[in-house]
Amino acid sequence: MTVTYTPRTHEDHPPFLYSDYKGTRKRSPAMALIPIVQSLSEVTGPGPAWAELTDDDADLTTNAGTGGEAIGQRSIITGHVLDEHGEPVPNVLIEIWQANACGRYMHWREVDFPAPLDPNFLGVGQCRTNDEGEYRFLTVKPGPYPWGNHYNAWRPAHIHFSLLGPALTTRLVTQMYFPDDPLFELDPIFQSVPEHARARLVSTYDHEVTIPNWALGYRWDIVLRGTE
Amino acid sequence: MTGASKYGPTPSQTVGPYFTMRITGEGENVLTSPETVGERIRIEGFVYDGDRNHIEDALLELWQANAAGRYDHPADDRDDVPLDPAFTGFGRCASDFKTGAYSFLTIKPGPVPHPDGGLQAPHVSLIVQARGMLDPTYTRVYFADEADANAVDPVLTSVPSARRGTLIAPRVDDDGTIAVYRFDIRYQGDDETVFFDV
Repeated sequence: MTVTYTPRTHEDHPPFLYSDYKGTRKRSPAMALIPIVQSLSEVTGPGPAWAELTDDDADLTTNAGTGGEAIGQRSIITGHVLDEHGEPVPNVLIEIWQANACGRYMHWREVDFPAPLDPNFLGVGQCRTNDEGEYRFLTVKPGPYPWGNHYNAWRPAHIHFSLLGPALTTRLVTQMYFPDDPLFELDPIFQSVPEHARARLVSTYDHEVTIPNWALGYRWDIVLRGTE
Repeated sequence: MTGASKYGPTPSQTVGPYFTMRITGEGENVLTSPETVGERIRIEGFVYDGDRNHIEDALLELWQANAAGRYDHPADDRDDVPLDPAFTGFGRCASDFKTGAYSFLTIKPGPVPHPDGGLQAPHVSLIVQARGMLDPTYTRVYFADEADANAVDPVLTSVPSARRGTLIAPRVDDDGTIAVYRFDIRYQGDDETVFFDV
C-alpha cells in the first residue's frame, strides 16, 4: 500500500461542540479522538464501488416525474470537485437534498412550518463528477426556513451535499449557501465554521453559467482531502 | 498546480434531520445477495446521546472488506486476494425514528494487512452522522469471538485498554443461519465509544 491521505485539518471544520447550535450539546464526543495509522481500511472507500449506481438524475426541476415543472427561481449549480492540491477528482457520487422555493422540505418530519409543498418538486438529486471533476445540477433556489434552535431562528437558504469520494477519509457531508444572505450572521450552523473557512461554503453568482431567458447560474467548487 | 494552501478543504456541516429524502433508501443496509461469499452476520444496536437517549435520526455508513479480506477499491490492488463480484462492502442505514435501532445485514470480513506489518483483526468501519453533529464521527466494529486476533490488532492495542471494549461487539445470538453482533454507539460519559481521527 502506498497511498495515504493528508491528515484531517480540524481547524478548517466546525468543532464537534458548538453550544449556540443546541443539538451539538449532547451529540458531540467528549473525549479526544484517537489517532489512527491509515491502512487499507481508511484509504479505500465506497465512492468507486457506488458511483456506478447513479442514474442521470441531476434535474430537480422535473425529476418528480409528474410531467410538471417545479416552481421557483430556476438555478444551475455547477463546479469542480478538487483535492487540496487542485487536482480534479472524477467519479465522485454527489447526492443533494433541499427545501423547495418556499423553504418547505418534502419530508414527513416537516410538519411545523405552514409553507406550501410543491407536488412537482421532490428536492433530491444525484450526479457523478466527470473526468474533469465537474458536476452540474439544475434546480430551483430553496427558500430559508424556520427551525427550533432559538426564538425566531431561520436557516439561510442552502442545499445539502453528500460526497462519496475516493476514500473513507474523504467522506464529506456539507451545505452550500447562496451569496449575500442576511441570515448568515444569525445562523449558528453557518457560524460554527471557523471564520477563515466560511466563504468556502458560499456559491458565487456566475453570469457565464447563467442561460439567457432560462436560468441563473451559480458556481461552487468543493475541495476534498488529497493524497500525501 | 499550486500548493495545498490555495485549496483549503470544504468545511463539514451537519447532515440535518431530512437526509432520508435522498440517503438510505430501502435495502441500503443489506450488503449481501444470495451469491455473496461469506458467513452471514447482522450488526445491530442503538446510538445514544450524552443523556443516553436514543439518537433516532442518525445516519450510519458501513465500509468493510469481503470475506477474503479484500476491499472493492482500486487502492487495494492485491490480486492474490479474490474480489467478490457480489459484494461492494458498503451499506447505509438510518436509525429507526420510533425505536432508535439500526442494523446491517452483511458478512464477516476477512483480515486485512496493516502498514506496520501483520494482519488487522476482522473489523468494519462505521461513519456516524446526525442532526446535531457538525462533523462525521469514525469508529470501528470488532468481533468478540476473534479474541486472539483482537489481542494483537495494532489499532485496538493503540486504544487505552479501559476503552477497548467499546469497539468490540459481542455475539448475542446465532440461530444457525445468521450470527447477530450487538454494537451500541455512545456519545459522552465514561463509556463513550472510541472515535478515531481518521
